[in-house]
Amino acid sequence: MEAYISLFVKAVFIENLALSFFLGMCTFIAVSKKISTAMGLGIAVMVVQTITVPANNLVYHTLLKEDALSWLGITGVDLSFLALLSCIGMIAALVQILEMILDKFFPALYHALGVFLPLITVNCAILGGSLFMIERDYNFGESVTYGVGSGLGWALAITVMAGVREKLKYSDIPAGLQGLGITFITAGLMSLGFMAFSGIQL
Amino acid sequence: MSAVVDSSIINDETKKVLVDPLVTNNPITLQVLGICSALAVTSQMSTSLIMALALTLVTAFSSAAISAIRNHIPSSIRIIVQMTIIASLVIVVDQLLKAFAYDVSKQLSVFVGLIITNCIVMGRAEGYAMKNPPLESFIDGIGNGLGYSLILIIVAFFRETLGSGKLLGIEVFKLTKDGGWYDPNGLMLLPPSAFFIIGLIIWGVRQWKPNQVEKADFKIMSITHGEGGHH
Repeated sequence: MEAYISLFVKAVFIENLALSFFLGMCTFIAVSKKISTAMGLGIAVMVVQTITVPANNLVYHTLLKEDALSWLGITGVDLSFLALLSCIGMIAALVQILEMILDKFFPALYHALGVFLPLITVNCAILGGSLFMIERDYNFGESVTYGVGSGLGWALAITVMAGVREKLKYSDIPAGLQGLGITFITAGLMSLGFMAFSGIQL
Repeated sequence: MSAVVDSSIINDETKKVLVDPLVTNNPITLQVLGICSALAVTSQMSTSLIMALALTLVTAFSSAAISAIRNHIPSSIRIIVQMTIIASLVIVVDQLLKAFAYDVSKQLSVFVGLIITNCIVMGRAEGYAMKNPPLESFIDGIGNGLGYSLILIIVAFFRETLGSGKLLGIEVFKLTKDGGWYDPNGLMLLPPSAFFIIGLIIWGVRQWKPNQVEKADFKIMSITHGEGGHH
Protein backbone atom coordinates (compact mmCIF):
# COMPACT_ATOMS: atom_id res chain seq x y z
CA MET A 1 0.00 0.00 0.00
CA GLU A 2 2.78 2.37 0.93
CA ALA A 3 4.39 1.87 -2.46
CA TYR A 4 1.17 2.91 -4.18
CA ILE A 5 0.82 6.10 -2.11
CA SER A 6 4.42 6.96 -2.87
CA LEU A 7 3.87 6.35 -6.60
CA PHE A 8 0.72 8.50 -6.51
CA VAL A 9 2.43 11.47 -4.85
CA LYS A 10 5.37 11.10 -7.22
CA ALA A 11 3.05 11.11 -10.25
CA VAL A 12 1.08 14.16 -9.07
CA PHE A 13 3.85 16.46 -7.84
CA ILE A 14 7.41 15.29 -8.31
CA GLU A 15 7.13 13.98 -11.85
CA ASN A 16 4.31 16.25 -12.95
CA LEU A 17 3.66 15.47 -16.61
CA ALA A 18 3.13 19.09 -17.62
CA LEU A 19 5.79 20.88 -15.63
CA SER A 20 8.67 18.44 -15.47
CA PHE A 21 8.21 16.42 -18.68
CA PHE A 22 6.53 19.17 -20.72
CA LEU A 23 3.82 16.84 -21.96
CA GLY A 24 0.58 18.21 -23.37
CA MET A 25 2.18 21.64 -23.67
CA CYS A 26 0.29 22.65 -26.82
CA THR A 27 -3.08 22.39 -25.12
CA PHE A 28 -1.58 23.54 -21.81
CA ILE A 29 -0.68 26.89 -23.40
CA ALA A 30 -3.66 27.16 -25.75
CA VAL A 31 -6.54 26.32 -23.37
CA SER A 32 -5.36 27.98 -20.15
CA LYS A 33 -6.95 31.39 -20.60
CA LYS A 34 -9.97 30.80 -18.35
CA ILE A 35 -10.17 28.76 -15.14
CA SER A 36 -13.50 27.13 -16.02
CA THR A 37 -12.41 25.81 -19.43
CA ALA A 38 -9.00 24.80 -18.09
CA MET A 39 -10.66 22.82 -15.30
CA GLY A 40 -13.01 21.14 -17.79
CA LEU A 41 -10.11 20.03 -19.93
CA GLY A 42 -8.16 18.98 -16.84
CA ILE A 43 -10.98 16.72 -15.67
CA ALA A 44 -11.38 15.24 -19.16
CA VAL A 45 -7.65 14.45 -19.31
CA MET A 46 -7.82 12.87 -15.87
CA VAL A 47 -10.76 10.63 -16.83
CA VAL A 48 -9.16 9.54 -20.10
CA GLN A 49 -5.77 8.98 -18.48
CA THR A 50 -7.35 6.84 -15.73
CA ILE A 51 -8.92 4.59 -18.38
CA THR A 52 -6.20 4.43 -21.04
CA VAL A 53 -3.10 3.73 -18.93
CA PRO A 54 -4.52 0.54 -17.33
CA ALA A 55 -6.10 -0.50 -20.67
CA ASN A 56 -2.78 -0.16 -22.48
CA ASN A 57 -1.14 -2.00 -19.61
CA LEU A 58 -3.46 -4.97 -20.14
CA VAL A 59 -2.91 -5.00 -23.90
CA TYR A 60 0.85 -4.75 -23.51
CA HIS A 61 1.09 -7.51 -20.94
CA THR A 62 -1.28 -9.97 -22.62
CA LEU A 63 -0.42 -9.43 -26.29
CA LEU A 64 2.72 -7.46 -27.05
CA LYS A 65 5.41 -8.13 -24.47
CA GLU A 66 8.13 -10.67 -25.15
CA ASP A 67 6.63 -14.16 -24.74
CA ALA A 68 3.30 -12.60 -23.73
CA LEU A 69 1.49 -14.81 -26.22
CA SER A 70 2.54 -17.96 -24.36
CA TRP A 71 -1.05 -18.36 -23.09
CA LEU A 72 -1.94 -19.11 -26.72
CA GLY A 73 0.84 -21.65 -26.96
CA ILE A 74 3.01 -19.32 -29.05
CA THR A 75 6.45 -18.65 -27.62
CA GLY A 76 9.44 -16.61 -28.67
CA VAL A 77 7.38 -13.81 -30.23
CA ASP A 78 8.23 -10.23 -29.29
CA LEU A 79 5.73 -7.72 -30.61
CA SER A 80 6.78 -4.87 -28.34
CA PHE A 81 7.78 -2.71 -31.34
CA LEU A 82 4.05 -2.45 -32.08
CA ALA A 83 3.47 -0.75 -28.71
CA LEU A 84 3.43 2.75 -30.22
CA LEU A 85 0.81 1.86 -32.80
CA SER A 86 -1.37 -0.09 -30.37
CA CYS A 87 -1.18 2.65 -27.71
CA ILE A 88 -2.32 5.43 -30.02
CA GLY A 89 -4.99 3.19 -31.56
CA MET A 90 -6.26 2.25 -28.12
CA ILE A 91 -6.38 5.90 -27.04
CA ALA A 92 -8.24 7.01 -30.17
CA ALA A 93 -10.75 4.16 -29.84
CA LEU A 94 -11.34 4.69 -26.11
CA VAL A 95 -11.84 8.43 -26.52
CA GLN A 96 -14.37 7.74 -29.26
CA ILE A 97 -16.23 5.17 -27.11
CA LEU A 98 -16.15 7.49 -24.09
CA GLU A 99 -17.64 10.25 -26.20
CA MET A 100 -20.49 7.98 -27.33
CA ILE A 101 -21.19 6.70 -23.81
CA LEU A 102 -21.25 10.21 -22.36
CA ASP A 103 -23.52 11.41 -25.15
CA LYS A 104 -25.96 8.56 -24.51
CA PHE A 105 -26.04 8.34 -20.71
CA PHE A 106 -24.64 11.60 -19.31
CA PRO A 107 -25.68 14.39 -21.70
CA ALA A 108 -24.88 17.14 -19.16
CA LEU A 109 -21.35 15.89 -18.71
CA TYR A 110 -21.05 15.40 -22.46
CA HIS A 111 -21.87 19.02 -23.09
CA ALA A 112 -19.37 20.14 -20.47
CA LEU A 113 -16.52 17.96 -21.76
CA GLY A 114 -17.65 17.42 -25.34
CA VAL A 115 -15.47 19.97 -27.07
CA PHE A 116 -12.34 18.79 -25.28
CA LEU A 117 -12.61 15.06 -25.91
CA PRO A 118 -11.38 15.03 -29.55
CA LEU A 119 -8.47 17.27 -28.50
CA ILE A 120 -7.36 14.65 -26.01
CA THR A 121 -6.49 12.01 -28.61
CA VAL A 122 -3.57 14.12 -29.77
CA ASN A 123 -2.57 15.27 -26.28
CA CYS A 124 1.01 14.14 -25.64
CA ALA A 125 0.27 13.76 -21.92
CA ILE A 126 -2.05 10.81 -22.59
CA LEU A 127 0.29 8.94 -24.94
CA GLY A 128 3.24 9.93 -22.74
CA GLY A 129 1.57 8.41 -19.68
CA SER A 130 1.11 5.08 -21.47
CA LEU A 131 4.67 5.08 -22.82
CA PHE A 132 6.12 5.84 -19.37
CA MET A 133 4.02 2.97 -18.01
CA ILE A 134 5.61 0.60 -20.55
CA GLU A 135 9.12 1.94 -20.09
CA ARG A 136 8.96 1.61 -16.29
CA ASP A 137 7.31 -1.80 -16.49
CA TYR A 138 4.42 -1.08 -14.10
CA ASN A 139 2.09 -3.93 -13.11
CA PHE A 140 -1.69 -3.48 -13.33
CA GLY A 141 -2.17 -1.98 -9.85
CA GLU A 142 0.66 0.46 -10.35
CA SER A 143 -0.67 1.45 -13.76
CA VAL A 144 -4.07 2.38 -12.26
CA THR A 145 -2.36 4.48 -9.58
CA TYR A 146 -0.07 6.10 -12.12
CA GLY A 147 -2.98 6.85 -14.47
CA VAL A 148 -5.02 8.62 -11.78
CA GLY A 149 -2.00 10.43 -10.34
CA SER A 150 -0.53 11.72 -13.57
CA GLY A 151 -3.96 12.85 -14.82
CA LEU A 152 -4.61 14.69 -11.56
CA GLY A 153 -1.18 16.32 -11.72
CA TRP A 154 -1.82 17.59 -15.23
CA ALA A 155 -5.28 18.90 -14.28
CA LEU A 156 -3.80 20.66 -11.26
CA ALA A 157 -1.06 22.29 -13.34
CA ILE A 158 -3.40 23.63 -16.05
CA THR A 159 -5.92 24.95 -13.49
CA VAL A 160 -3.23 26.81 -11.56
CA MET A 161 -1.82 28.17 -14.82
CA ALA A 162 -5.27 29.46 -15.84
CA GLY A 163 -5.64 31.13 -12.45
CA VAL A 164 -2.36 32.96 -12.90
CA ARG A 165 -3.19 33.97 -16.48
CA GLU A 166 -6.59 35.37 -15.50
CA LYS A 167 -4.86 37.86 -13.23
CA LEU A 168 -1.95 38.37 -15.59
CA LYS A 169 -4.06 39.92 -18.32
CA TYR A 170 -4.49 43.07 -16.22
CA SER A 171 -0.76 43.62 -15.92
CA ASP A 172 1.51 45.85 -17.95
CA ILE A 173 3.62 43.55 -20.11
CA PRO A 174 6.20 44.62 -22.74
CA ALA A 175 4.60 44.41 -26.19
CA GLY A 176 6.83 41.61 -27.50
CA LEU A 177 6.20 39.41 -24.47
CA GLN A 178 2.42 39.82 -24.63
CA GLY A 179 0.52 36.51 -24.81
CA LEU A 180 2.74 33.56 -25.64
CA GLY A 181 6.03 34.95 -24.32
CA ILE A 182 4.84 35.80 -20.82
CA THR A 183 2.93 32.51 -20.65
CA PHE A 184 6.16 30.59 -21.16
CA ILE A 185 7.97 32.60 -18.51
CA THR A 186 5.07 32.04 -16.08
CA ALA A 187 5.14 28.31 -16.81
CA GLY A 188 8.87 28.37 -16.11
CA LEU A 189 8.31 29.99 -12.72
CA MET A 190 5.58 27.44 -11.90
CA SER A 191 7.88 24.63 -12.94
CA LEU A 192 10.52 26.09 -10.62
CA GLY A 193 7.94 25.89 -7.82
CA PHE A 194 7.19 22.25 -8.59
CA MET A 195 10.94 21.49 -8.58
CA ALA A 196 10.78 22.10 -4.84
CA PHE A 197 8.99 18.76 -4.49
CA SER A 198 11.84 16.91 -6.13
CA GLY A 199 13.79 16.25 -2.96
CA ILE A 200 10.86 14.52 -1.25
CA GLN A 201 11.37 10.85 -0.54
CA LEU A 202 8.44 8.80 0.70
CA MET B 1 24.09 26.58 -51.00
CA SER B 2 22.44 28.34 -53.93
CA ALA B 3 25.58 27.79 -55.97
CA VAL B 4 25.11 24.03 -55.73
CA VAL B 5 21.41 23.90 -56.53
CA ASP B 6 20.30 25.01 -59.95
CA SER B 7 18.22 28.11 -59.40
CA SER B 8 15.65 27.08 -62.02
CA ILE B 9 14.64 24.04 -59.91
CA ILE B 10 13.97 26.07 -56.80
CA ASN B 11 11.45 28.66 -57.90
CA ASP B 12 10.10 31.36 -55.65
CA GLU B 13 7.06 29.41 -54.48
CA THR B 14 9.09 26.39 -53.38
CA LYS B 15 11.61 28.62 -51.67
CA LYS B 16 8.82 30.37 -49.78
CA VAL B 17 7.38 27.04 -48.62
CA LEU B 18 10.82 26.01 -47.38
CA VAL B 19 12.04 29.25 -45.79
CA ASP B 20 8.81 30.72 -44.39
CA PRO B 21 8.54 28.37 -41.41
CA LEU B 22 12.04 29.32 -40.22
CA VAL B 23 11.23 32.77 -38.80
CA THR B 24 8.13 34.41 -40.26
CA ASN B 25 5.82 31.47 -39.58
CA ASN B 26 7.81 29.35 -37.15
CA PRO B 27 5.78 26.38 -35.84
CA ILE B 28 7.03 26.82 -32.27
CA THR B 29 7.16 30.57 -31.66
CA LEU B 30 4.09 31.54 -33.67
CA GLN B 31 1.83 28.55 -34.19
CA VAL B 32 2.48 27.11 -30.67
CA LEU B 33 2.89 23.60 -32.05
CA GLY B 34 5.13 20.78 -30.92
CA ILE B 35 6.54 22.44 -27.85
CA CYS B 36 6.44 19.34 -25.65
CA SER B 37 9.49 17.67 -27.07
CA ALA B 38 11.19 20.96 -27.88
CA LEU B 39 11.50 21.57 -24.16
CA ALA B 40 12.24 18.10 -22.93
CA VAL B 41 15.19 16.95 -25.01
CA THR B 42 17.16 20.20 -25.14
CA SER B 43 19.41 19.82 -22.11
CA GLN B 44 22.04 18.35 -24.45
CA MET B 45 22.98 19.28 -28.00
CA SER B 46 23.43 15.68 -29.22
CA THR B 47 19.93 14.55 -28.22
CA SER B 48 18.43 17.73 -29.71
CA LEU B 49 20.14 17.16 -33.05
CA ILE B 50 18.91 13.55 -33.25
CA MET B 51 15.42 14.61 -32.23
CA ALA B 52 15.38 17.44 -34.79
CA LEU B 53 16.51 15.07 -37.54
CA ALA B 54 13.92 12.44 -36.56
CA LEU B 55 11.07 14.95 -36.51
CA THR B 56 12.07 16.55 -39.83
CA LEU B 57 12.20 13.16 -41.56
CA VAL B 58 8.89 12.00 -40.09
CA THR B 59 7.14 15.26 -41.01
CA ALA B 60 8.50 15.26 -44.56
CA PHE B 61 7.75 11.61 -45.35
CA SER B 62 4.36 11.53 -43.65
CA SER B 63 3.30 14.68 -45.51
CA ALA B 64 4.45 13.19 -48.81
CA ALA B 65 2.71 9.85 -48.14
CA ILE B 66 -0.54 11.42 -46.97
CA SER B 67 -0.53 13.83 -49.88
CA ALA B 68 0.00 10.97 -52.35
CA ILE B 69 -3.17 9.21 -51.21
CA ARG B 70 -5.13 12.34 -50.25
CA ASN B 71 -7.81 11.80 -52.90
CA HIS B 72 -8.53 8.26 -51.71
CA ILE B 73 -8.97 8.98 -47.98
CA PRO B 74 -12.63 9.26 -46.89
CA SER B 75 -12.78 12.46 -44.88
CA SER B 76 -14.60 10.88 -41.92
CA ILE B 77 -11.67 8.58 -41.09
CA ARG B 78 -8.82 10.79 -42.27
CA ILE B 79 -7.42 11.42 -38.78
CA ILE B 80 -7.08 7.69 -38.13
CA VAL B 81 -5.41 7.15 -41.53
CA GLN B 82 -3.00 10.02 -40.92
CA MET B 83 -2.19 8.77 -37.47
CA THR B 84 -1.51 5.22 -38.69
CA ILE B 85 0.91 6.50 -41.34
CA ILE B 86 2.67 8.75 -38.84
CA ALA B 87 2.83 6.02 -36.19
CA SER B 88 4.33 3.54 -38.67
CA LEU B 89 7.02 6.05 -39.67
CA VAL B 90 7.79 6.76 -36.02
CA ILE B 91 8.15 3.03 -35.34
CA VAL B 92 10.70 2.84 -38.18
CA VAL B 93 12.65 5.80 -36.74
CA ASP B 94 12.46 4.33 -33.23
CA GLN B 95 13.77 0.94 -34.37
CA LEU B 96 16.57 2.57 -36.40
CA LEU B 97 17.65 4.60 -33.37
CA LYS B 98 17.59 1.52 -31.15
CA ALA B 99 19.71 -0.35 -33.69
CA PHE B 100 22.32 2.28 -34.54
CA ALA B 101 22.29 4.83 -31.69
CA TYR B 102 21.22 2.90 -28.63
CA ASP B 103 22.60 5.35 -26.04
CA VAL B 104 20.83 8.34 -27.57
CA SER B 105 17.60 6.37 -27.90
CA LYS B 106 17.78 5.55 -24.17
CA GLN B 107 18.25 9.25 -23.34
CA LEU B 108 15.37 10.30 -25.57
CA SER B 109 13.23 7.63 -23.84
CA VAL B 110 9.54 8.22 -24.61
CA PHE B 111 10.04 11.37 -26.63
CA VAL B 112 10.72 9.59 -29.92
CA GLY B 113 7.38 7.81 -29.53
CA LEU B 114 5.75 11.13 -28.75
CA ILE B 115 6.53 12.39 -32.26
CA ILE B 116 3.23 10.64 -33.12
CA THR B 117 1.28 13.22 -31.15
CA ASN B 118 3.59 16.09 -32.04
CA CYS B 119 1.21 18.73 -33.32
CA ILE B 120 3.63 19.83 -36.07
CA VAL B 121 3.37 16.49 -37.86
CA MET B 122 -0.42 16.25 -37.56
CA GLY B 123 -0.82 19.96 -38.25
CA ARG B 124 1.10 19.84 -41.52
CA ALA B 125 -0.65 16.64 -42.60
CA GLU B 126 -4.07 18.14 -41.94
CA GLY B 127 -3.33 21.72 -42.92
CA TYR B 128 -1.08 21.34 -45.95
CA ALA B 129 -0.66 17.78 -47.24
CA MET B 130 -4.40 17.15 -47.63
CA LYS B 131 -4.61 20.00 -50.16
CA ASN B 132 -1.30 19.95 -52.02
CA PRO B 133 0.66 17.55 -54.28
CA PRO B 134 3.31 15.22 -52.77
CA LEU B 135 6.49 17.12 -53.72
CA GLU B 136 5.28 20.44 -52.27
CA SER B 137 4.08 18.65 -49.15
CA PHE B 138 7.47 16.99 -48.77
CA ILE B 139 9.23 20.36 -48.99
CA ASP B 140 6.70 21.93 -46.61
CA GLY B 141 7.43 19.09 -44.16
CA ILE B 142 11.18 19.72 -44.43
CA GLY B 143 10.64 23.48 -43.95
CA ASN B 144 8.53 23.08 -40.83
CA GLY B 145 10.90 20.43 -39.50
CA LEU B 146 13.77 22.90 -39.95
CA GLY B 147 11.84 25.66 -38.19
CA TYR B 148 11.42 23.31 -35.24
CA SER B 149 15.06 22.22 -35.45
CA LEU B 150 16.25 25.83 -35.41
CA ILE B 151 14.53 26.58 -32.09
CA LEU B 152 15.66 23.25 -30.64
CA ILE B 153 19.29 23.94 -31.55
CA ILE B 154 19.22 27.49 -30.15
CA VAL B 155 17.72 26.32 -26.85
CA ALA B 156 20.10 23.37 -26.59
CA PHE B 157 23.08 25.63 -27.35
CA PHE B 158 22.32 27.87 -24.37
CA ARG B 159 21.32 25.07 -22.03
CA GLU B 160 24.34 22.89 -22.66
CA THR B 161 27.03 25.58 -22.79
CA LEU B 162 25.76 27.52 -19.76
CA GLY B 163 24.66 24.43 -17.84
CA SER B 164 27.71 22.23 -18.17
CA GLY B 165 30.32 24.32 -19.97
CA LYS B 166 30.39 21.87 -22.86
CA LEU B 167 28.99 21.68 -26.38
CA LEU B 168 28.42 18.24 -27.92
CA GLY B 169 30.57 16.92 -25.08
CA ILE B 170 33.55 19.15 -26.00
CA GLU B 171 34.71 21.60 -23.35
CA VAL B 172 33.94 25.23 -24.18
CA PHE B 173 34.35 26.93 -20.82
CA LYS B 174 36.87 25.55 -18.35
CA LEU B 175 34.96 24.71 -15.15
CA THR B 176 36.06 25.94 -11.74
CA LYS B 177 36.25 22.39 -10.42
CA ASP B 178 38.91 21.67 -13.05
CA GLY B 179 40.81 24.83 -12.17
CA GLY B 180 39.12 27.04 -14.79
CA TRP B 181 37.00 30.15 -14.40
CA TYR B 182 33.42 29.08 -15.26
CA ASP B 183 31.00 28.07 -12.54
CA PRO B 184 28.24 26.06 -14.27
CA ASN B 185 24.66 27.25 -13.88
CA GLY B 186 22.82 24.15 -12.69
CA LEU B 187 19.40 25.70 -13.36
CA MET B 188 20.10 25.47 -17.09
CA LEU B 189 19.98 21.67 -16.92
CA LEU B 190 16.60 21.68 -15.12
CA PRO B 191 13.19 21.94 -16.85
CA PRO B 192 12.34 25.60 -15.95
CA SER B 193 15.24 27.03 -17.96
CA ALA B 194 13.76 25.66 -21.20
CA PHE B 195 10.56 27.65 -20.56
CA PHE B 196 12.55 30.83 -19.86
CA ILE B 197 14.75 30.48 -22.96
CA ILE B 198 11.80 29.86 -25.29
CA GLY B 199 9.94 32.80 -23.72
CA LEU B 200 12.95 35.03 -24.37
CA ILE B 201 13.34 33.73 -27.95
CA ILE B 202 9.68 34.61 -28.60
CA TRP B 203 10.29 38.07 -27.16
CA GLY B 204 13.31 38.54 -29.42
CA VAL B 205 11.54 37.36 -32.56
CA ARG B 206 8.54 39.60 -31.90
CA GLN B 207 10.74 42.61 -31.20
CA TRP B 208 12.30 41.98 -34.61
CA LYS B 209 8.99 41.28 -36.42
CA PRO B 210 6.43 43.52 -34.67
CA ASN B 211 3.50 42.20 -36.75
CA GLN B 212 3.62 38.98 -34.69
CA VAL B 213 2.87 40.82 -31.43
CA GLU B 214 -0.41 39.77 -29.79
CA LYS B 215 -2.90 42.40 -28.68
CA ALA B 216 -3.36 42.95 -24.97
CA ASP B 217 -6.76 42.17 -23.45
CA PHE B 218 -6.69 45.38 -21.45
CA LYS B 219 -4.87 48.58 -22.14
CA ILE B 220 -3.12 50.19 -19.20
CA MET B 221 -4.27 53.82 -18.96
CA SER B 222 -1.66 56.43 -18.38
CA ILE B 223 -2.62 58.81 -15.61
CA THR B 224 -2.23 62.43 -16.65
CA HIS B 225 -1.54 65.13 -14.13
CA GLY B 226 -4.49 66.94 -12.59
CA GLU B 227 -7.25 64.47 -13.44
CA GLY B 228 -5.52 61.32 -12.20
CA GLY B 229 -7.90 60.69 -9.33
CA HIS B 230 -11.10 60.81 -11.36
CA HIS B 231 -10.65 57.69 -13.49
